[in-house]
Amino acid sequence: MSNSSIPVRKFDAVIVGAGGSGLRAAIQLSEGGLKTAVLSKVFPTRSHTVAAQGGVSASLGNSEEDHWHWHMYDTVKGSDWLGDQDAIEYMCRKAPEVVVELEHFGMPFDRTDEGKIYQRPFGGHMSNFGEKPVRRACAAADRTGHAMLHALYQRNVRANTQFFVEWMALDLIRDESGQVLGVIALEMETGEVVAFHAKATIFATGGAGRIYYSSTNAFINTGDGLGMAARAGIALEDMEFWQFHPTGVAGAGVLITEGVRGEGGILRNSDNERFMERYAPNAKDLASRDVVSRAMVTEINEGRGCGPNKDFVLLDITHLDPATIMKRLPGIREISIQFAGIDPIQAPIPVVPTCHYQMGGIPTNFKGQVVAPDGAPVKGFYAAGEVACASVHGANRLGTNSLLDLLVFGKSSGDSVIEDVASGAVVHQDLPADFADRTLARLNRLNTQTGGSNVNETRLELQRTMQKHCGVFRFKEMLVEGVAKIVEIEKAVARTEIKDKSQVWNTARVEALELDNLIEVAKATLVSAEARKESRGAHVRDDAPDTPENPNGRDDANWHKHTLWQREGSSLSYKPVTMTPLTVETIALKTRSY
Amino acid sequence: MDERERINRLRWRCTRRAMLEMDLLLGEFLERIFPTLGPAQAEAFIVLADMEDLELWPLINGSRECADPVQAEVVALLRDVRVK
Repeated sequence: MSNSSIPVRKFDAVIVGAGGSGLRAAIQLSEGGLKTAVLSKVFPTRSHTVAAQGGVSASLGNSEEDHWHWHMYDTVKGSDWLGDQDAIEYMCRKAPEVVVELEHFGMPFDRTDEGKIYQRPFGGHMSNFGEKPVRRACAAADRTGHAMLHALYQRNVRANTQFFVEWMALDLIRDESGQVLGVIALEMETGEVVAFHAKATIFATGGAGRIYYSSTNAFINTGDGLGMAARAGIALEDMEFWQFHPTGVAGAGVLITEGVRGEGGILRNSDNERFMERYAPNAKDLASRDVVSRAMVTEINEGRGCGPNKDFVLLDITHLDPATIMKRLPGIREISIQFAGIDPIQAPIPVVPTCHYQMGGIPTNFKGQVVAPDGAPVKGFYAAGEVACASVHGANRLGTNSLLDLLVFGKSSGDSVIEDVASGAVVHQDLPADFADRTLARLNRLNTQTGGSNVNETRLELQRTMQKHCGVFRFKEMLVEGVAKIVEIEKAVARTEIKDKSQVWNTARVEALELDNLIEVAKATLVSAEARKESRGAHVRDDAPDTPENPNGRDDANWHKHTLWQREGSSLSYKPVTMTPLTVETIALKTRSY
Repeated sequence: MDERERINRLRWRCTRRAMLEMDLLLGEFLERIFPTLGPAQAEAFIVLADMEDLELWPLINGSRECADPVQAEVVALLRDVRVK
């Protein structure tokens, strides 16, 4: 196949991904009169945003006094001071506006008796700069993400946004100056490869939680935007920071809520010991997420894990009255039966710390523009949501800020595109003659590979390596070994072989292409994590413990900076954290404690 | 569309869903149970797989009833799936 055989479709803007941030950006563009294409691997309302249940935060003050500045403080503290304070101020100030807008789009928020948006308390949400809990989370029962996606999708239907459903974007198109000119994408139904030539390209592809063996993320979260960006020479920022939940069903990843331990559930090792008594004598099994996760990993690493591979611990509720389990934890019983094959009334549930959310991503500013290491915008390229790193989550995300991120930066990236198109800052540049060469070579390699590696086996190897070497609790030697292993796995990924060579609905090909993206994210994560010799937020190293000089193992003198990983040579560089907010005073570095 | 294409499309729609739980359940069902279904049940499964996760999940966990008897049979089979 040569370039000339690839059809080219021209749009003002192309958005890759139709979850919360992609749909929010699309509203701006379509209502702003831009000819917009939205590409998605699935129908928009099947995006992973659906899985977000908790809510979206905004200092509306509907239930009690609240202020965006307090929200900002909580977010900076949550980020362990790695978040950029200009972006965090922007997000927290914009929160009430985007939430009310969403209400006007038809979002069925829960309401107070007076008809205002009901707000509930949430971990880490405090008033008056950390003084006492405040009700800031707005929700639609436990279906907030689902309801949000529907409201945004309907608004897009009204605005005549053009969707390309069951299309997978394969690569970014950049010219010699580095300007982004669109994407090359594959239509699954026909196998056709098409160039979407655009003045502006927004990535809203979500996270890459599938790099881990145990992950709460749906299968769709393969980091496609990160893979495409990395291959196009864009650095990935702070990829060592991943949020974990202590109790996912071992093997499946399905979440077991903290409520199980709240009802009296006990964690046990292979000696049947209630090991949390050693790690947290007072709180025991109800200690904070990071303490529990670390204890679980220590037990497994020291050989007291359960099962044939000694790679999980047990969550035991067999001592509870079956009637209590049936009454208070019916959903958990079903999940355990379906996903672990165990009735928790009779036997304990196998659990492991499970990957949940990616804090790092494609570096952007608060306008949703992708930025080069020197801070200059990459012309024609924008990103929002979990794929992007603004950075508002820093080293750890505050609960309910993920849905807020989608709304605020989905909108701001859309506004930036409108501004850049209107001012003529971005126009349709000619496509370089070789714009599709690398993508076509990749597809051709996959079609002609013989004696290569199996896609499923290679992906599993990648996921197990990430889980073992770069999980919730990290060890120097394991990280070093992990980097070597992932480099070997990368060689296998470059030689994947598929038996099915057909064009139409070739899911084997799509899965191999997803693996091409997973490997970039896995490598960025491991290399960045190995290099960061401190503990901060979700990145916790055994060799960077809590000391009087470095509380919580955080080493601001050497490591208060953002990591940037470049695919070329797998090299690292660093850039300073933006400590200057837009209008208020800096929230100065402080030890993070709750 | 031939049989391979039809099954591959269904596989994509069963394993690229909004929620991990549904990827796991429908994926397992498609591999192990779907090939054993009669035509009416297979059709009913395709209708179920086209539903959104938060419509389908209440049927599987029993908090909502199926109106259609064939669909109810398939939901009962889905409920019995044990993900390995």
